[in-house]
Amino acid sequence: MKNDSPKDRAVCDAFIRDFQNLEAQLNGQSSTPFHEKRVRAITTFAELGFPNMRQEKWKYTSIAPLLKEKFQLASAHKITEKALQPFLINGLEENRVVFVNGYFDKALSKYDMPPGVLIAGLDEAYHSHAALIDEHLGKYLQIDEQPFAALNTAFARDGILIHIPQNTVIEKPLHLLFISDVDERPFHSHPRNLIILEQGSQLSLVESHHTLSPDVYFNNFVTEIIVGPNAKLDHIKIQDESKAAYHFAATQAKVARDAVFNSTGIDLGGAILRNDINIEFTGENAEAQLLGFYYATGTQLMDNHTFIDHAVPHCNSNELFKGFLDDKSHGVFNGAVLVRPDAQKTNAFQQNQAILISKNATIDAKPELEIFADDVLCSHGATIGELQDDHLFYLRSRGIGEEMAKAMLHIAFANDIFERIKIDAVREKLEAEIIARFGG
Amino acid sequence: MPKPPAKNDYDDKFGSAEEQQTVENLTKSEYKWGFTTDIETDMAPKGLNENIVRFISAKKEEPEWLLQWRLKAFRHWQKMVEPKWPNVKYPPIDFQNAYYYAAPKPQKQLESLDEVDPKLRETFDKLGISIMEQKRLSNVAVDAVMDSVSVATTFQGELKKHGIIFGAFSEAVKNHPELVRKYLGSVVPYTDNFYAALNSAVFSDGSFCYIPKGVRCPMELSTYFRINAANTGQFERTLIVADEGANVSYLEGCTAPMRDENQLHAAVVEIYVHKEAQVKYSTVQNWYPGDENGVGGVYNFVTKRAITHENAKVSWTQVETGSAITWKYPSVILKGDNSIGEFYSVALTNNYQQADTGTKMMHLGKNTRSTIISKGISAGKSQNSYRGLVRVGKNAENARNFSQCDSLLIGDQCGAHTFPYLEIKNPTAQVEHEATTSKIGDDQIFYLLQRGISEEDAINMIVNGYCKEVFRELPMEFAVEAQKLLAVSLEGSVG
Repeated sequence: MKNDSPKDRAVCDAFIRDFQNLEAQLNGQSSTPFHEKRVRAITTFAELGFPNMRQEKWKYTSIAPLLKEKFQLASAHKITEKALQPFLINGLEENRVVFVNGYFDKALSKYDMPPGVLIAGLDEAYHSHAALIDEHLGKYLQIDEQPFAALNTAFARDGILIHIPQNTVIEKPLHLLFISDVDERPFHSHPRNLIILEQGSQLSLVESHHTLSPDVYFNNFVTEIIVGPNAKLDHIKIQDESKAAYHFAATQAKVARDAVFNSTGIDLGGAILRNDINIEFTGENAEAQLLGFYYATGTQLMDNHTFIDHAVPHCNSNELFKGFLDDKSHGVFNGAVLVRPDAQKTNAFQQNQAILISKNATIDAKPELEIFADDVLCSHGATIGELQDDHLFYLRSRGIGEEMAKAMLHIAFANDIFERIKIDAVREKLEAEIIARFGG
Repeated sequence: MPKPPAKNDYDDKFGSAEEQQTVENLTKSEYKWGFTTDIETDMAPKGLNENIVRFISAKKEEPEWLLQWRLKAFRHWQKMVEPKWPNVKYPPIDFQNAYYYAAPKPQKQLESLDEVDPKLRETFDKLGISIMEQKRLSNVAVDAVMDSVSVATTFQGELKKHGIIFGAFSEAVKNHPELVRKYLGSVVPYTDNFYAALNSAVFSDGSFCYIPKGVRCPMELSTYFRINAANTGQFERTLIVADEGANVSYLEGCTAPMRDENQLHAAVVEIYVHKEAQVKYSTVQNWYPGDENGVGGVYNFVTKRAITHENAKVSWTQVETGSAITWKYPSVILKGDNSIGEFYSVALTNNYQQADTGTKMMHLGKNTRSTIISKGISAGKSQNSYRGLVRVGKNAENARNFSQCDSLLIGDQCGAHTFPYLEIKNPTAQVEHEATTSKIGDDQIFYLLQRGISEEDAINMIVNGYCKEVFRELPMEFAVEAQKLLAVSLEGSVG
């Protein structure tokens, strides 16, 4: 075991006990290939233990507060349709899939899909589509060095399963809602998502995370995404969990020849947030755009780790992360780009900008480039600081008050990300949110 | 972060008052007896233990406090583990299977340059090193007029006039123990890292330089004029102290290829910069990089650090072309308000060389500024990494950093990597980091080729242009040599 602290060990053991309870409940499924993956994963997790700050990937992120909490495994939970209302997005109300505490809520979900398209809860779908799930689940995400992904795999039961067949274009964006509602004790939940776009298909996905109560809970997501040849996936994730919650999310995307994958992450909630976004190009001429925006206040810790693997030639990646850090918050950005030998004609660009609003906020940024091919254009840039004085001066010299000028500049900073969101209703909602925050 | 030494208080470095007293007594009693330890051999036995450390210290006739300091460093080193984080690969080093002290062996005197390895001479010619200098470097007996001893003495006299102390470390320990004792380990404590601890325990020799208050050193201080420290061995220790308002430019190394049998080099350079003082430290490193197949070559694991007080300035400039493995991060602790740190680097790797190099800028004082310009060039099958840290502390109001790290790849077998770390705790800080990686543009080469310039020359021109930002920070004669050095180091990487 890599983490040898006895205290952390005890926390690990609590999770392992929960796993044994889960196993007892699953007696009907205990011989499936899915369950074999779970068993392997809990073994891996037991070996790895929870990460600590001596590990390079966790250098700036202390998960100590998480380890102090006592969680129980989430169970199915009901919420009212009315409770869902504030989280719905204009125009997408009739195209939604709802999860409550990590479990698929069929009654609250509404969607109409062309024939051949599969959108279902993973647990339910395993009865009818076991072969598809067994083929893909856990195949893309490596859990050997990721304790949280291992933990997710061990407890993986429900989540979204999306399978879009060849040459099918879904016009209307699909809204995935993950609602957390703590009943009595804080829960830990491990939703597992599998999104497969076959050749030539297209999908636009809005994933949003909300809470009904400002409580402590622990959501640990894993999403595996396969974007087939010439397919296109737009994925927007809005995370607005409880300020006391722990949100860990690992995403592994494989992008095939001529495919496009656009990922946008907006992070507002969570006591500790950790995103691990890995994108791997598997075919030439593929393209990925990775956008991120975060706004941390209070003592929030927001950690974005991204990894773009240019394994094949002629691919483009473009990454832009922007964030505000207020109060005593702490931001972490680690963006790695790997260009493997022979991945010639790669274009990889990365930008990371952070603004510290308060004197007590901290940002730790680490953009990385690892390049093993010569005919490439790669760059990264990072800027950290306040608003620029000359911008402020420009506005003030035109008679705009300091507060107002600052608000305008902050909104403009955020808009750099928002204006790239193509779904109007989502963009307007976010813009309104940020204007409200800066009292514009 | 090491505390600056308080006046006449060595507590943090040399133990408690009682310990110091003991040391004091021991030192005094030793004087009575003198250093009578009879050392017949000129070589310490293989391996590393406390006796070896004592042996080295005795050989150098060091005072007791220094021996104790070495021993403390050694005991600390034993508890440390070798760092594994650098992005370099090499077989494990057996620290017990090495010699830690060998008296400088007199090299065979050659009668004329004709006896020198023709390959070496070819390189000398390409670098444009004068015949006289070539003779000196390859240990050919030189006539009295050009005797470097006399040159050196002239300069020594000049330095003395200004009160500048400049010489071998071991001599400084004898002649200026109070200065050495005050500053040794004040910037790089023996606890700092694995190789710094090893160096502290077994350092062979090095240079010591002290510039008194308000003195501007009249010449560039260079190992070039310093024959007494020519054989500094593999664990070199340099200590530079610039007192208030002093100004010095220090040159280390030489563009000429250095053949050395020692594979492991772990040097430490400490620079203590008082208020208003300025130090410029330039390095050209061209140790043996191993052959075309990556066999042999020097492992160069260096700790270099400076600390600056109010309104002081430190500038590191380095041209790194040698060594099989380079592992080196010249750093600046910007402690005083308004102090400035600069880092200009060209790191070139060819064949199977590996470099993991960069800098650390720790902004602690207000209005501190730092600039980082790093140019990496990888060719052949080499791996070249930039690793840098910019840290802005909570109280470093209005700190400013600009970093630019460019990598150039020549050929598709090599790698270029960038690992910058930015840790910012103050909202008024302005930190900018930029990095780009690319190859030499086909259109650039085509342009030069069609004007009748050969491909090799074209690449040299482009590479030199690419490094210009760094070269112009080098002292004049170094800059000229450095350009030629790049050309030599890139040989065979084209076509």
